[in-house]
Amino acid sequence: MFCQELVIIAEIPKEEYIEKCTSACAGCSSSLTLRYVLKAAGHDSVLVVPACCTSVIQGAYPNTAMNVPVYNVAFASAAACASGMSEAFLEMGKKTHVIVYAGDGGTLDIGIQSMSGAFERGTDFLYICYDNEAYGNTGMQRSGATPLGAKTTTTPTGKTVEKKDIDAIVAAHHLEYMATACSAYPQDIYKKVTKALTFRGPTFIHILAPCPPGWRYPTEKTIEMGKLAVKSGMWVLYEREHGKLTISAPSKAAMKKPLPLEDYLAPQGRFKGIDAKSLEILKQHLAANLKKLTAEEAQP
Amino acid sequence: MKKIATGNKAVAEAVKQAWPRVVAAYPITPQTEIVETIADYVTSGQMKSRYIPVESEHSAMAACIGASITGVRTFTATSAHGLLYMHEMTNWAAGARLPIVMVNVNRSLGPGWNIWAEHTDAMQERDTGWLQVYVSTVQEAYDTTLMAFRIAEHNDVLLPVMVNLDGFSLSHIMQPLDTVEPGDFIPPIHLPHAIDTKNPTGYGGLTMPDQHFLFRWDIERSMRDAGRVIAATEKDFARRFGRSYGPTENYRCEDADVILIAMGTFGKEAEVAIDILRKEGIKAGSMRLRWFRPFPKLDLAGKEVVVIDRDYSFGYGGIVAGEIKAKNHCEVYSVIAGLGGQEVTYDDMAEFVRTRRMGGEFWFGVTGNV
Repeated sequence: MFCQELVIIAEIPKEEYIEKCTSACAGCSSSLTLRYVLKAAGHDSVLVVPACCTSVIQGAYPNTAMNVPVYNVAFASAAACASGMSEAFLEMGKKTHVIVYAGDGGTLDIGIQSMSGAFERGTDFLYICYDNEAYGNTGMQRSGATPLGAKTTTTPTGKTVEKKDIDAIVAAHHLEYMATACSAYPQDIYKKVTKALTFRGPTFIHILAPCPPGWRYPTEKTIEMGKLAVKSGMWVLYEREHGKLTISAPSKAAMKKPLPLEDYLAPQGRFKGIDAKSLEILKQHLAANLKKLTAEEAQP
Repeated sequence: MKKIATGNKAVAEAVKQAWPRVVAAYPITPQTEIVETIADYVTSGQMKSRYIPVESEHSAMAACIGASITGVRTFTATSAHGLLYMHEMTNWAAGARLPIVMVNVNRSLGPGWNIWAEHTDAMQERDTGWLQVYVSTVQEAYDTTLMAFRIAEHNDVLLPVMVNLDGFSLSHIMQPLDTVEPGDFIPPIHLPHAIDTKNPTGYGGLTMPDQHFLFRWDIERSMRDAGRVIAATEKDFARRFGRSYGPTENYRCEDADVILIAMGTFGKEAEVAIDILRKEGIKAGSMRLRWFRPFPKLDLAGKEVVVIDRDYSFGYGGIVAGEIKAKNHCEVYSVIAGLGGQEVTYDDMAEFVRTRRMGGEFWFGVTGNV
């Protein structure tokens, strides 16, 4: 495995598609994620970006920090816009990659209809949801992706309902390829984006992207936070290719002996003072999710 | 070629000839026949385009936006609630300077559900930066749809165009249609800001207060230029195909003391009312307002003007009447008639003129109205 990682590092292109000095917050893991997404996608790609942190991170007119065309669209419309773009490129015989790069609000909440429609129609595009588990760009309001117990500006005492299982919803569209990833594992992101772009038709990658100001942890711990999410089993890395699930190496290693969930929650201010009942529910669901994924992977 | 067609079929025929490479649409009564016909053209290979059967009108306009920015010709059609549902994206299309052509089959808005003609749907798109034209016959629906592509895509315009036809009273009626061979009447589309991965740039990102108003002014500048482009396009259309159009269609206006103004099918019906009034010795003429955005300069100074609005702005008045009052030195009698498909005959229209009370407002059919 160690050798494999080195091979991937050597493979990752030196070209940068995001210039330095973006408007991202210090310790932003979503821009780190995008850096590797674009290294995998290459220059013949268009990003379609609905309202989200990336709308700001790319810089203000007339400047752009991006070395690929970025098409900004209204919140609910990214996947539909990508549909039109993808069909037009097909019509012109172009092989340009169309990639939606949307936050969790733009995916799980306001954008779910257009995403579902584009998947159902078999649109040839890659939809990436980078998930910081709240409306980060507007200052951390709860979204459908906010986990139970997490404090946001609109759930000041902690969210009382659970995170929406968007991956199960996406799975119901029977895509040829879908995956989860995490900003703390760039080689894994690179590998999965590269693979996703080999498929014709819709593909989906859901990437956990810890957010220092939103999750209330020190900026230098942004990689550590992603690793803790995976090592505790709170976030599981996997791919589902032609319906066959494979748990990715970092999660497989973590699942042998997961870290206590508290190791992941304790450094985050948003979970400070989480009540015992919510904690218990989170733990139960974490265990149930691992069991479910392990069982699915074991199926022939 | 001469044939008989509905307004909807005439639109579909024009769209086939203009050949947009991407059509994204969602069905809604009374527009459905347009998208069904186009879907049939695409499926049967008569039109080599991509038809995207989107899951909503919001997505229809978003898909047109995504396709248009790659530099291809795009088309959609909608009506009423569909138009309002895409309202966020109609603003986006104009702001992004995309020459999308859309046919809107005018219909009233709920509640309650009413599928018949009214102009309030399109009026709510008045300030979005779309060019708007209202047609009155099947032939005009066809001709104007063809012209709409050339006007929208002209590099002095680069704004979307909405062609409006009245639900049922035009979309579903059969009239003679003389189709043409457009040839090079619509030149190949060239979108100067089309996406080019070899020359990457950002589109529609964060724009600060010292820049944003410049983009808005640029839309207005193009809207002003659009009047000239429309006139040139209509002139060339007349030269090639023999049918001429203008910002208004005037009927017996030259010596008229009173002008009856309406849009869409009412504007055509008004000509019959004028003949009746003339026989009675009333010097009346009619002016059918065709282009609503850009709003044309009208020659109404010193005239008495009766405006029929098939729309309303609650707490203000008839929208067309308001616009005419704001832009002209003339007295206006505002008639609100035809909402939700309300039957209005040419006899009714003649009566509006006979009983006009200049400066007043009249709601046709409302009992006790003064």
